[in-house]
Order: sequence, then C-alpha cells, then structure tokens
Amino acid sequence: MGDFLSTWLALTFNGIAFGMILFLISSGLTVTLGVMRLVNLSHCGFAMIGGYIAMAAVDYLGFGLLASIPVAIVGTMLIAAVIERTLFQWTYGITELGQILMTFGLTLVMVAMCNILFGPLLHALPVPHWLTGNFQGGGIVISVYRCFLIVISGLIAIGIWYVVERTDFGARLRASVDNPRMARCAGINVRQIFSLTFTVGCGLAAVGGVLGTQMLPLEPYYALDYLILTLIVVATGGLGSLQGSFYAALLIGVIDTWGRYILPAGGGFVMYAIVLAILLARPQGLFARA
Amino acid sequence: MSETSGAALEISGLYKNFGALRVTQDINLTLQPGARHALIGPNGAGKTTLVNQITGVLRPDKGSIRLFGTDITGATPERRVALGVVRTFQIISLFLRLTVAENIGLSVAASRSLDAKPWGSLRDDDRVVEGVAELLERLGLTGVAHRKVSELGYGQRRLVEIALALALKPKVLLLDEPAAGVSSRDLGLLLEILNRLPKEIAVLVIEHDMSLVFRFAQRITVLVGGAKLVEGTVDEVRNNQQVRDVYLGRRADV
Amino acid sequence: MATASPETRPAIANIRSAFAAHRINLVDVGIWVVAIGAYFVVPTYLSLGTTVLIMILFTLSLDLAVGYGGIDTLGQGAFYGVGGYAAAFWALNVTGEPISGLVVGALVAGLLGLVTGPIILRTRGLTLIMITLAITSMLHEFAVTAKSVTGGDDGLTGYHILPVLGLFHFDIYFRTAYFYCLAVLAVAFVVARIVVNSPFGLTVRGIRENPVRMRLLGVRTRNRLIGLFTLSGAMAGVAGALTAQVTGLIGVDTLTFLVSGNALIGLILGGFGRLYGAFLGAALFYIFSDRAAAINPFHWLLGLGILLILSVRFMPNGLTGLPEQLHLFRGKQGSGLDRSGP
Repeated sequence: MGDFLSTWLALTFNGIAFGMILFLISSGLTVTLGVMRLVNLSHCGFAMIGGYIAMAAVDYLGFGLLASIPVAIVGTMLIAAVIERTLFQWTYGITELGQILMTFGLTLVMVAMCNILFGPLLHALPVPHWLTGNFQGGGIVISVYRCFLIVISGLIAIGIWYVVERTDFGARLRASVDNPRMARCAGINVRQIFSLTFTVGCGLAAVGGVLGTQMLPLEPYYALDYLILTLIVVATGGLGSLQGSFYAALLIGVIDTWGRYILPAGGGFVMYAIVLAILLARPQGLFARA
Repeated sequence: MSETSGAALEISGLYKNFGALRVTQDINLTLQPGARHALIGPNGAGKTTLVNQITGVLRPDKGSIRLFGTDITGATPERRVALGVVRTFQIISLFLRLTVAENIGLSVAASRSLDAKPWGSLRDDDRVVEGVAELLERLGLTGVAHRKVSELGYGQRRLVEIALALALKPKVLLLDEPAAGVSSRDLGLLLEILNRLPKEIAVLVIEHDMSLVFRFAQRITVLVGGAKLVEGTVDEVRNNQQVRDVYLGRRADV
Repeated sequence: MATASPETRPAIANIRSAFAAHRINLVDVGIWVVAIGAYFVVPTYLSLGTTVLIMILFTLSLDLAVGYGGIDTLGQGAFYGVGGYAAAFWALNVTGEPISGLVVGALVAGLLGLVTGPIILRTRGLTLIMITLAITSMLHEFAVTAKSVTGGDDGLTGYHILPVLGLFHFDIYFRTAYFYCLAVLAVAFVVARIVVNSPFGLTVRGIRENPVRMRLLGVRTRNRLIGLFTLSGAMAGVAGALTAQVTGLIGVDTLTFLVSGNALIGLILGGFGRLYGAFLGAALFYIFSDRAAAINPFHWLLGLGILLILSVRFMPNGLTGLPEQLHLFRGKQGSGLDRSGP
C-alpha cells in the first residue's frame, strides 16, 4: 500500500477513535438539550470527573483501567444525580443565557475542585498490559488500544441504539424529545425521564473520560478545553438526536485529526469552517428531531 | 383592474391545502371600505388560516388577493402592512416590558418610518407623541400610559393590541377573536371601541362570541371545513337553517 | 391636528414621560468622578486602571449586543482581536498616530460585523452561539497560522505609538494611557446613550421583547439587529485597538471565547441592558480577577464559579438591577435574564 494511503488510513482510524470518545461524551449532552432544552456547559466536566475518579481508583485502590470504569461510572452518576436534584432545579425556566452562565459557573467549580484534589498536572490513565502495542499489517500501524476503544464505543453505541429504538423507555424518551408538552399530556413523566437520562448521560461521559485519556489527558482545565468541541458535535449533529451526535462526532473527529496533520498550527481552521458551513446550511443540525 | 369597483379587499378563488387536508376551499370574499364584516365558523373551519393568507404569513395554493385593485398575493407580510393590511392577534402579542406609550409609540413611529433614527428620541418627536395621545384617548388608555403592559389586565391589553393596529393606519383591519378571554364586564367597552373604529376602514372580525358578532357586524360569512357555507346580513345568517344546524343549533340564547 | 387646548398640553407632557430614557443622574456623575479620582488616589495602579477602562468599553459593547439586542454572542472577542490587530498593523506600517489607529480598528471591526452579521443573525439560540464561536475560532486559528501577517503565537509588537494629539506622550506609568482610554470610553458611552435613547434603540428593545410582533409592525428587524451588531463590533474593535496601542502588543489570546465570557460575567454582575451595569460589573470583575488570580488562580475560579451560580439565581439583573429587584423603587426597564416573553 502506498505511503500516502497508509498515512491517510491511519489518520482516519485515529480520527474515528477520537470521534468515538467525543460521541460518548456528547451523547448525554444532546439528550439533555433535546429533552429539556438545557444548555449545560458543565457536561464535559462530568467526563473529567469520571476520569479523575478512575484515576483515584487506579492510584489509591490499585485498580486496573477496566476495573476502574464501573467505579467511575457509579461515582459520576451519583454526583450527577445530586447536582441534578439541587443545582439544576435552578436552571429551569430561566433564559438560555442564564443557563449558560450558571452551568459555566458549575464548570469553574469543577475545575477548581479537581485542581484542589488532584493538582494541576496532566495525567493519562495507564493502558492495561494486554492492550499496549500496535497492529501492523500492510504498511499500516494502528494502536491496539485505539482498536479496543472503537470496539467498546461501538458496542456502547449499539446498546444506546437498542435502548432508544427498541425499548419502552426509549420510546418515551423519543416522545419527550420530539414534543415535551405532548409527551406530558400523554402521561409521560418527562421530568423523571430527564433525570434518568441526564444521570446516564453523565455516566456515558465518564466512560468517555476514562477511556480517552490517551488522547484527551486529564487535567483540571479538561472541562473547559473540550467544551467547545462537545458543543460543536451536538450542534452539528442536531439537538436531541443521538444518531446525529454519532455521525457528527465521527465526522468532527476525523476532520480534526486530518486538519491538524495538514496544518499543525491552525488545523482547527478546517474543522471550524466546515462546522460553520453545516450550521449555516442546516441551523438545526444535520439530524435534528425537534 | 378589479370588476368590483373600489373594493378594499377582494379575495378570489382562494385554495390552500396542508398535504391532503383542504383548509381553504374556493373562498371568495369582498370587503368594501367601511365594511363591518364577521367571519364565523366552528373550530378548525380555517378562519385563522384564511387570515394568515391575507396577511401574507401563508401562501395560498391558488387564487388571488387584491387590495384596492392591486394584487398582493405574492407580497411579503411587511409589505402588506405598509400597504394597509393590519391584524390583531387572538393570543395577545405585545412588548410586555415596555410601557403602553412605548408600545403604541413604536407602532406609530413604524408606520411613519420614524423608527430607524439612531439619535434623538421618540418622546421629543411631536408627530409621534401626538399620534400616541390620540390613540390613547380613542381607546381610553390615557390613564395607563405609564404602565408596563405586563402590569395590565387582559381586557386593557386587548385595547393596546387594537391601538397598535390602528397606529399603522390600516385600510383593512383584521381582528382575530378580539373578545377571546375578555371578561363580560370589559366586553361592553370593547364593543364600544369597535363601534367607534374609523368609518373608512374595512373591518373583518373573526369571532366565536355571537353577542359581539350580532351587535357589531353588518355582514357575516360562515366558514365550515374551509369553504363558505353562507354569507349575508346578520338576519339572513341568523335565520338560515343550515347555519343553525351546523353551528348555532345548540345555543339557546341566539 | 391642532386641539392644543390647555387640558391636552399637560397630558402630552405626561405621555412624553411614559417613554423610558437614560437620564443623566447621580450615578452617571458618580462614575466619572470615581474614574477621574482614581487617577489621583491610586497612581501606582494606573496600569490596572487602564486595563479596567478598556474592559469596561469592551463590556459596554457586549451589552449593546446582548443586553439591548438580545443577540447571545460568545464571539465578541473576534471584534476585539481584529480591531487590535488592525491598529497594530496601522502603527507598524502606516503611522503611529493613535487616534487614526482607533478609527482603523473601529472600521475594520465594524466591517467584520457588517459581513458576519447577516450570517449570524439568521439563526438563534444555541446555533447562533455556536456560529459566533466557530467564527472566532476560525480567526484564532488563522492568526496562529499566518505567522508572516499576524506574528503567529507571538503576536504583533515593536511598533511605536506617537503622542496623543501630538502633545501627550505615552509613559511607562500609564498616565497618558489612563486618560486617553478614559476619554475614549467617555465618547463611546455618549454614543451608546444616544443610540439607546433613540427611536432605533427603542425598536431594538422591542425586537428583543417580541421579534414577531415587530415584524408585523412592518419593521425589517434583521437589518436593525445587523446595524446594532455592527456598532457593537466597532466599539469592541476600538477596545482592541486601545489594548494594542497602550500595551504595545497584540496577541492571539484576544481571539478567544474566554474574552467574551469574561465580559458576560461582568454583565451578569453589573446588570444587562443598563449602560452603567457594564461599568460596575467589568470594574469589579477585572479588579478582582487581577488581585485574586495573582494569589491563587484556582481558588479564584472556585469563587467565581460560585459567584456566577448565585448571581444568576438570586441577582439576574445584576447589582444595578438589585434596587428594582428588591422593589426599592419602580425601575423603568427590566432586561437581562428575566426574558419572560409572550
């Protein structure tokens, strides 16, 4: 295989891995926005919290990466549930701008707390022994870990798809996204659906945070660094559309990776330009439902 | 040029479908200047859809709308307002946190293109202030000029709605359920205001409140399922058997 | 219409007063007294003071867009940066004369507003925010990449600014700079007041309240908002130009959403849609962030985060809106976050 082609394939592969992580992190946000129209800037913070909980499990409890995932999920979901029941009650009924400012404030608190607890240095979670190394074949080199990432994320995505499209809960969720008012009239407890979905969404973000530390290393500013990227994925994919988030995440992951390869300094330019074009052509996102 | 000389509003052969649903079927309606016309019909008969087509928010599939002979079927909503086709809303739509005077002032200024100046002030513009004063007086709102609309009761907000519409110097005024939500106490005042509307304006009222319709309108059009069922004077419509069956049949106090 | 009988004359005056307007009052005077007084009272802090003045100007520009126009933009930094780079360019390549540099900054930033306005204002809500972010980020990436033009990561520097009006030299104690910025801020404030009190200003407030209704009054709302957006952008450009001139350096950190974010925080503290809310909020924020961040940046973030949450919850109209919120007296205009529309 040509050198050029193998480079592009490797880039695409890495882009997909990156995109998968983005999807895991933004899946919760798109549902939050879709169901409750809540602009939650702190969402990335939950991914960060998940990552740090896993790190604590690894450092202080001697867990391996995979074992730390359930710990991170549970821990993050607990924190998310508490925050949802308390702080988020204040965000309902205020304007978008107010939600932005309030959740931004929450994000700052998260950043500060993580610094106080874990210090300002970068951390990446150690890759388990059996996942290190690369696959080599036909001139292409792909990291085993990223393969693993894609597989796991793919499985989770399928799981999400199944729950949303094939279960009763999923039907009620979709109804709540399409038309919250009608859903309430039809007897669906939209508030409860939201609470549940929000918490699970944060759990998913935590998974993304834990698995993605090789590409998105943990540090207190994590919540802010990747916020824009997450928002872009959600906005381009379409608010409330998990399918949209999925494709947008992959698209953006790949474009961003290619972009940074072509133009190391200003590679983001390409991605932002494409995002701008998409949003202008379809302001509601590629796969908007509501 | 239209055959009906001097007609203020002439709707000919209007059709509109939403997919398979026929919401407007072959509507023909003519309003002379000074007309006091009511449009009634059961819910879902297509009354508001018709008004939306007249104001330009919806585009009809077939047919034409003429204003004093000029075809406005393709004109934008803003253009129609400029030409004198003005409506009020069933659900009151005002500038809640601005005062009554500011609300009316905006309308007056907009109608005279005085609203775009980035210096000076409306309060110092005599033409605007006098226009506002005149409308406040006409609608009995002088006492609440200072109050924010959000502080007003429903009936008074209705009157502000009408003031906003009148400020635009309409030639054709479309009132979408002006009595909706108005208490029976304020209804008398509303009727008085309606009866004092400028004589030259052609007024089309969509209403469910029959007492208002019968005391205001000279002619009534009954719309059922998007099509015109009957049209005539108040007495003709009142005594029409079809109308009674379809619409008025159940009411004992007609 | 000449029914000017004795009864109608006081009635007309009554109606005039029903139109809200920013009148010069004690607060306005007080602000300028404090600003001028600071020069004499804390002469060693003039560098910080100059920054505060510039940021007040920037926050004021954002208030026009957000507080009055209801345009939720996170891209004000784009105007700031573009204005700054334009002024630096001007000083480097044409002349170090400062006032012309300000004009250039305003024009270039205004042009950006005029070009991007129609694009941005076609959207609302989250999409609008994302588009403003995307544009700002694009400019940021461009500035980083085009090293030959913009100096890349290092930014533009090495230009010399000539004395203001040929008389006042810029010194290292920021004495000239302080009054220079104060004068520019005063002019900008006067312009903002004129626009806000004008018929155009009232129309814009109406658009914010109820855009649909405004359209049905026959007003072309998008054009109005584009005009406001351009003005707001030009003002932010002036702020950027001031920064470039006064600090002798302009860099890519101006083209971020954090810049806009800081100004938004200033507005939530001070109050949206009240011109002097920008003064109070920006002053508080930048003074505190300068002092507190020097001590411990993360503790500062913690405090700021908590402050934001509490402000939005309990003080959505900012400090300047507090009297009205507490019903201490009847305020004339509500604004900011309580957008309880129809």
